[in-house]
Amino acid sequence: MTTLTTPAPASPRAHRSHALADSVTMLRRTLLHIVRYPGLSIFVIGGPVVLLLLFVFVFGGALGAGLPGTGTVGARAAYLAYVMPGILLMTIAGTAGGTATTVSMDMTQGITARLRTMAISRGAVLAGHVLGNTIQAFIAVAFVLGVGVLIGFRPTAGPLQWLALAGLLAVIAFAISWLAVGMGIQSKTVETASNLPLLLTFLPFLGSGFAPTDSMPVWLQWFAQNQPFTPFIETVRGLLLGTPLGVNPVLALGWSALIALGGAVWSVAIYERKSVR
Amino acid sequence: MTTAIEVRALRKSYGGTTVLDGVDLAVEAGTVTALLGPNGAGKTTTVHILSTLVRADSGTARVLGHDVVREADAVRAVIGLTGQFSAVDTLLTGEENLLLMARLRHLGARRSRARVAELLEQFELGDVARKPLSTYSGGLQRRLDLAMTLVATPRVIVLDEPTTGLDPRSRHAVWDIVRGLVRDGTTVLLTTQYLAEADELADQIALLDGGRIVASGTPDELKRRVPGGHIQLRFPTTGDLATAARMLDDSDRDDELLTLSVPSRGGVDSLRAVLDRLDGAGVEVEELSIHQPDLDDVFFALTGQKGTEG
Repeated sequence: MTTLTTPAPASPRAHRSHALADSVTMLRRTLLHIVRYPGLSIFVIGGPVVLLLLFVFVFGGALGAGLPGTGTVGARAAYLAYVMPGILLMTIAGTAGGTATTVSMDMTQGITARLRTMAISRGAVLAGHVLGNTIQAFIAVAFVLGVGVLIGFRPTAGPLQWLALAGLLAVIAFAISWLAVGMGIQSKTVETASNLPLLLTFLPFLGSGFAPTDSMPVWLQWFAQNQPFTPFIETVRGLLLGTPLGVNPVLALGWSALIALGGAVWSVAIYERKSVR
Repeated sequence: MTTAIEVRALRKSYGGTTVLDGVDLAVEAGTVTALLGPNGAGKTTTVHILSTLVRADSGTARVLGHDVVREADAVRAVIGLTGQFSAVDTLLTGEENLLLMARLRHLGARRSRARVAELLEQFELGDVARKPLSTYSGGLQRRLDLAMTLVATPRVIVLDEPTTGLDPRSRHAVWDIVRGLVRDGTTVLLTTQYLAEADELADQIALLDGGRIVASGTPDELKRRVPGGHIQLRFPTTGDLATAARMLDDSDRDDELLTLSVPSRGGVDSLRAVLDRLDGAGVEVEELSIHQPDLDDVFFALTGQKGTEG
């Protein structure tokens, strides 16, 4: 008996050159999902919009009066300006649920296992999800911001600030997407995967998104001032409205890098183990 | 003869539970081998190791000469796996699923399109190609799943319980596809818990039980390994049964059912001889049936449990 041998077709170099093409293929798949199932996007945009309207028109009059330097006159407009950055960050956090859900569906339906039996880099498979979600988050944020402008939000940003804002939001969305991918891989069921990222949408509440952190009790203040969403929100606020930025941009980028790296390392580490069920 | 899949002393355990306990297996190129075994025998684990999804604790596995651990990418380039559950993207159409596979196999735009069109026709998926998968039946999804595995015309195909949960018609459709693949020179390793399926498709059967190959050979060889066939006779009274039992050597009586089992190779002559002797003694036979050994007997004899009817 002899053993049949074929030349090894996949040298490491060939593999690397395919990684980019494979990422694009997987990204196209994610974008096709978004286009084909607008329901998810509507949910991702609708949630923050409802919250925005609720906070501005129901609570806005009362909450705005409590902001430093604001009286009862113009309170609602002042609160709209205050809450907008928090709502935008909440929009980004909200997209994580969709990504974690699709990733988890891929894992449970065996698609991930199928892809692993093909000569595709695992990075490409995950990158497709991450890039797709980053794009979706970006579009959602633009929509929500548009609604804000429609109801009277007036940003003071110049072209440079807008550009910086776009870059920052993309970076944050990219980081959160990696975290979402990790959550999707880790979750045993699709239900867990869709619920786990909801924790992220609470973080703007427990930061400077809806009320100044100085108005909170000391123990909560400590958390609020040291969690990633506060520098995210403060940087967005500074770029949109010209409030002092301080060290917030540096903190925001630092947190983004940390979350992206942590999420990516976590995802890749558990990907192989979790893809066989 | 060339070996397409070669497995030696494969062991795998998950947290103290031994799943594979030294599996040896060789699959000739261009043939179908069925890995037959009850649930939990280690069939899927073997398949997962061969398709680079899981690493064995010890032992080696080679596909077309490539080691599944050290040359994983080379194995992935020649192998196609269809897992136990349809690995299809339910949010896309059938055509989009196939195109996704073609792109990931780097066939290039034009060849991708041609290959997808070819597969859609071959698997009779043309009518539903542009419909979302939510409208597909289980049999259709399974067919698409198989087509997706075949996009890059892999030379070795591993099918993990390809017909579990399918209706008889879809099962026959899958069988036809497997036969077609072998005609074209593809090597197929399939796992099944259906004896009829192994009998129908396989050139070689390896019987897996408790993580070990307990028997292997052609379906006929395996059938020869269990005690031969027998004639079963049923009598109206205990008296007839007793008389018959005294007359026929090596017979096995069951007083409760009033039956007698007589060894026989199933030939007409031996059957006639038995009936003539009983007739001569005036023993009345109420019912008669002839039993040929089938894989069910093999399964039962070698694994100590009843196989699933298939």
